[in-house]
Amino acid sequence: MPNKSRRIRCAGTLLLAIFFPCLAWADSPSPPRQAELLNLVRQDCGSCHGLRLNGGLGLPLTPAALDGKSPDALKDAILHGRNGTAMPPWNPFLTEDEARWIVQMLLKGLP
Amino acid sequence: MRRYLILPLLLFQLFLTGCATAPQRGTGDLGVIIERATGSIQVVETTHRTRLGQVTGLGDLSHASINYSRDARYAYVFGRDGGLTKVDLLGMRIVKRVMQSGNSIGGAISQDGRLVAVANYTPGGIKVFDAETLDLVADIPAIDRAGKSSKVIGLVDVPGNRFVFSLFDSGEIWVADMRTPSKPAVAKFLNVGKEPYDAMITADGRYYLAGLFGEDGLALLDLWNMEAGVKRVLNGYGKGEQKLPVYKMPHLEGWAATGNELLVPAVGRHEVLVIDQNNWNEVGRIPVHGQPVFVVARPDNRHVWVNFAFPDNDTVQVIDVPSRTIIKTLKPGKAVLHMEFTPRGEQVWVSVRDDDKVEIYDTETFAKISDLHAGKPSGIFFTHRAHRTGL
Ligand code: HEC
Repeated sequence: MPNKSRRIRCAGTLLLAIFFPCLAWADSPSPPRQAELLNLVRQDCGSCHGLRLNGGLGLPLTPAALDGKSPDALKDAILHGRNGTAMPPWNPFLTEDEARWIVQMLLKGLP
Repeated sequence: MRRYLILPLLLFQLFLTGCATAPQRGTGDLGVIIERATGSIQVVETTHRTRLGQVTGLGDLSHASINYSRDARYAYVFGRDGGLTKVDLLGMRIVKRVMQSGNSIGGAISQDGRLVAVANYTPGGIKVFDAETLDLVADIPAIDRAGKSSKVIGLVDVPGNRFVFSLFDSGEIWVADMRTPSKPAVAKFLNVGKEPYDAMITADGRYYLAGLFGEDGLALLDLWNMEAGVKRVLNGYGKGEQKLPVYKMPHLEGWAATGNELLVPAVGRHEVLVIDQNNWNEVGRIPVHGQPVFVVARPDNRHVWVNFAFPDNDTVQVIDVPSRTIIKTLKPGKAVLHMEFTPRGEQVWVSVRDDDKVEIYDTETFAKISDLHAGKPSGIFFTHRAHRTGL
């Protein structure tokens, strides 16, 4: 039973993904990758943004600081960096889905 | 009669001293490892390479650094969250802790050991504290001529009880004379270059060099000849070449000054630059494994050890200074953040953040001697820094 409903859901998502590619981003990274990404954000992003993301050389990335900013623009900042500033592009190391997931986590506040 | 009294008296005295003081020891072989995940420090000793204890409750320790009191007993810990904490290495406890700003980047202790200065991002500026009590003595906001606040970086002490630091946003270098601590006399050098991101002082306290992030080059101030102003050196060292994205800012504190030559990390390049200290010209480039972060000389200046920015941060390389070649490549583990030599340089301690350990190497054979567990270790600071200008 659970198997069947899952298959239906999968097929549904697939169809949706084909017809509405923009919906496909709901994919989140696998749990071990999520753990890696959280470590990356805290530690490697943290070296400029602060371990607690309260800002440093980079802007603060706390939910309060990001409130009202466009998630897409934030995702683009992560993937492509910000020209003329110290923010580097992370697209060699992160997929678009992963960058979106990071933005969601930042907006929610890291666990 | 008197003879019989002596023994119990002696025993009594032993009992008293035993109670009153911890076992006596020096601090010359002590050090501190920052554990950034847990906001704690480990107190270690380098003679038997063991951990003596841990002090917790130090706040956000990303990019934390330490200065030592002139008796090398107390560590001043500068946290990212603006916390300044004085820790007793022997008592293994916090003596005093103040939250002095929203966001800070590092500190320095004055030549006479009486003042501790902290460099702040928000609000930008330096604050100076009494080293004994941590009471605020002076506040120097980094406001440029346009009235804008600037992040402060590259804070060091120099002879004459002065502090030198740079303003990241406005591109200035300031020298604060603290001979009258409550009335600092500040000399300002404007337009030194775009975005100084860190700075160092040569071991003699004479030359202050700020690395520029916004352009290729360095800003140089000769403290023996301040009238000459700030000079630009290595202008456009990467002309015409595409800079790589920088995933971690290089550090200049450990810039290796080897007597005649200065080895510095190139920003956004897989190179270490060699500068002739007599004329400040570039005299060589050493290709390395990744973008260098720390470039530190072994105390005898014969070798220079280099670690790298993400994603090459699993590697450490050793450069032989006379031949300018890489003689060893080590892979200590995931995310090597810092390297610290013992006072005479026979060992080097290397922090490996993502493997939660500090590895210890023999600097002659490059063999691993041992390792210690630490929670996401970053900076390692040994107490001989207490007696060195700029550290
Ligand atoms: C070398 C330093 C550095 C590192 C490392 C770094 N950043 Fe940044 N970041 C910056 C700077 C500087 C800015 C501000 C750019 C500007 O002024 O627009 C910034 C801006 C941003 C912004 C835009 C914030 C806003 O409010 O518009 C986001 C989102 C961001 N960074 C995420 C990240 C993430 C995620 C990582 C790690 C994967 C990371 N950064 C690593 C320096 C850095």
